[in-house]
Amino acid sequence: MLKLSNLHVYYGSIRALNGVSFQVNEGELVALIGSNGAGKSTTLKTISGLLRPRQGAILYEDADITRTAPDRIVALGISHCPEGRRIFGGLTVRENLRLGAVQRRRGTDMAADMDWVLSLFPILKERLSQSGGTLSGGEQQMLAIGRALMSRPKLLLLDEPSLGLAPLIVEHIFQIIRQLKQQGKTILLVEQNIHQALDAADRVYVIETGQITLTGTPEELKHNPQVEQSYLGK
Amino acid sequence: MSTLDDRPASSAVGEAQSANPGGVAALMQSPVAIRLGAILLLTVGLTLLQLSGRAFWQGFVINLGIFMILVLSLNLASGFTGVFSLGHIGFMALGAYGSAILTLPLAKKADYLPNLPAWLAAVHFDFYLGPFPLGFLLATLLAAGLVAGVALLVGLVLMRLSGHFVAVATLGFLVIVRVILFNADNFTRGSRTFSNVTPYTGLWWVWCWAILTLYVVWRLKYSAYGRAMFAQREDSLAAQAIGLAILPPRLLAFVVSAFFTAVAGSLYAHFITSFSPTVFYFDLTFRVITMLIVGGLGSVSGSVLGTVAIMALAEALRRLEDVTLLYGMSQITLAVILIVIIIYRPNGLLGRREIVLARLFRKGGEPSP
Repeated sequence: MLKLSNLHVYYGSIRALNGVSFQVNEGELVALIGSNGAGKSTTLKTISGLLRPRQGAILYEDADITRTAPDRIVALGISHCPEGRRIFGGLTVRENLRLGAVQRRRGTDMAADMDWVLSLFPILKERLSQSGGTLSGGEQQMLAIGRALMSRPKLLLLDEPSLGLAPLIVEHIFQIIRQLKQQGKTILLVEQNIHQALDAADRVYVIETGQITLTGTPEELKHNPQVEQSYLGK
Repeated sequence: MSTLDDRPASSAVGEAQSANPGGVAALMQSPVAIRLGAILLLTVGLTLLQLSGRAFWQGFVINLGIFMILVLSLNLASGFTGVFSLGHIGFMALGAYGSAILTLPLAKKADYLPNLPAWLAAVHFDFYLGPFPLGFLLATLLAAGLVAGVALLVGLVLMRLSGHFVAVATLGFLVIVRVILFNADNFTRGSRTFSNVTPYTGLWWVWCWAILTLYVVWRLKYSAYGRAMFAQREDSLAAQAIGLAILPPRLLAFVVSAFFTAVAGSLYAHFITSFSPTVFYFDLTFRVITMLIVGGLGSVSGSVLGTVAIMALAEALRRLEDVTLLYGMSQITLAVILIVIIIYRPNGLLGRREIVLARLFRKGGEPSP
């Protein structure tokens, strides 16, 4: 469904990605793990068109989207839930959700999607008229995911949904991620919470200093001595 | 705070319907009735003012309406989108000169602007529909339409910039307009005063345009376009990540705003009837920005409030100046008030909230939804 080949991305003269290649198949939940500054968020931003690679190509459903504008990419069915939630704090929860549907073709049933998103996150229903900034961290994360889902994406890019959240909330967020996968969404998940990521994912890629260094199923990686040492702290 | 709200009056509709349906009380909570009432009140007020023949206060209220259009427009372009424009008075100048050239009587034109190109020299918008000066309306629309076209071109380049860059760039636009007005003396008489403009502008003209501007800006704020404007103002990366293109909402705000700013220019030109390029510069720019900031960037009712507050205050201070003979005091006081507001209420009187009229009539103690 999504295929990255040999992506090189720079911030000015600083190299962030150094030849990243991997793929995500339809219906899969793929986790991209790695430490700070490894290039996880950069990879997602490049997929969604917020950053341009200096070299390499991104294929989505056999179309080249390497140079496609971000709004077109969302229209094609890729939705990006950015790191740190980044909801619109001055707008209400309802407005935030509606904005998520901005790229959808006219005449499609926004009310039905709103109902669906609110059924995933019932707490948001009580907060609809509240401004986003007054929500708790966990609620904001739910809103951010809900907003990303409002474009009815085929592929969901989740950037550190557990960031700064209490363990119980993280558990809840991951339950919903599993639920989304069961409903047939393809998900590319970036995480620093390795345990949760390994538990939820079908396949895992490990990224280090801008390169994919390891790949496999969660089971394989859990028993890989290198992963145990660097990420699982055993 | 119970009268302040984030949302359009439509949310108040549902509440009004569920409220007790007891005659006057119910009527006073219906937004439609309240809006009609407000317009009726304004109409009565303007009629009385018109009949009173008090030229000073008529002029004051005309100015108030013109500034209201300017502040509302600037709020749309800058408050809603966060792209701060310091060049809007340039659009006002173009609107003023554009429509004044179109309505100038032919004899005056030959006398004043002898080097005008033939096609323009023969144009005089003096059509009447009964007593109604249709020509003035057409000239205003034509000038404002042209200015909107200019804004589209300027905006295509400038609306890609952000933050301080766009402020400096739009300031550059203001300077360019001024230089052009000074040097295109075949059209503008250059630095000499452009006078004998037909005094079409009256209370009704100004306030019909002001109400229209208010309506358009209000509707835009609560449309999908408005949401897009506010969203990209808050977080442009998040906006892009969920599929919002940044340029279209900014461009829409800029162009619509330039249109109404040019309308204000046309109204102003046909009100003061003589002007020169120096009128449309920093002084006016800062006055409009002061009103906008005092009211609150992003708040439509704030723009109305800010305009009224600053206009009233400036007038009161001017009179105090005449009594105390402390000339210059009013400017200093206004500047100090602006500083105080920026320190203690950096978001202006209203921030981006709105005063919803329906709530003003509601009895206190109800939970704010």
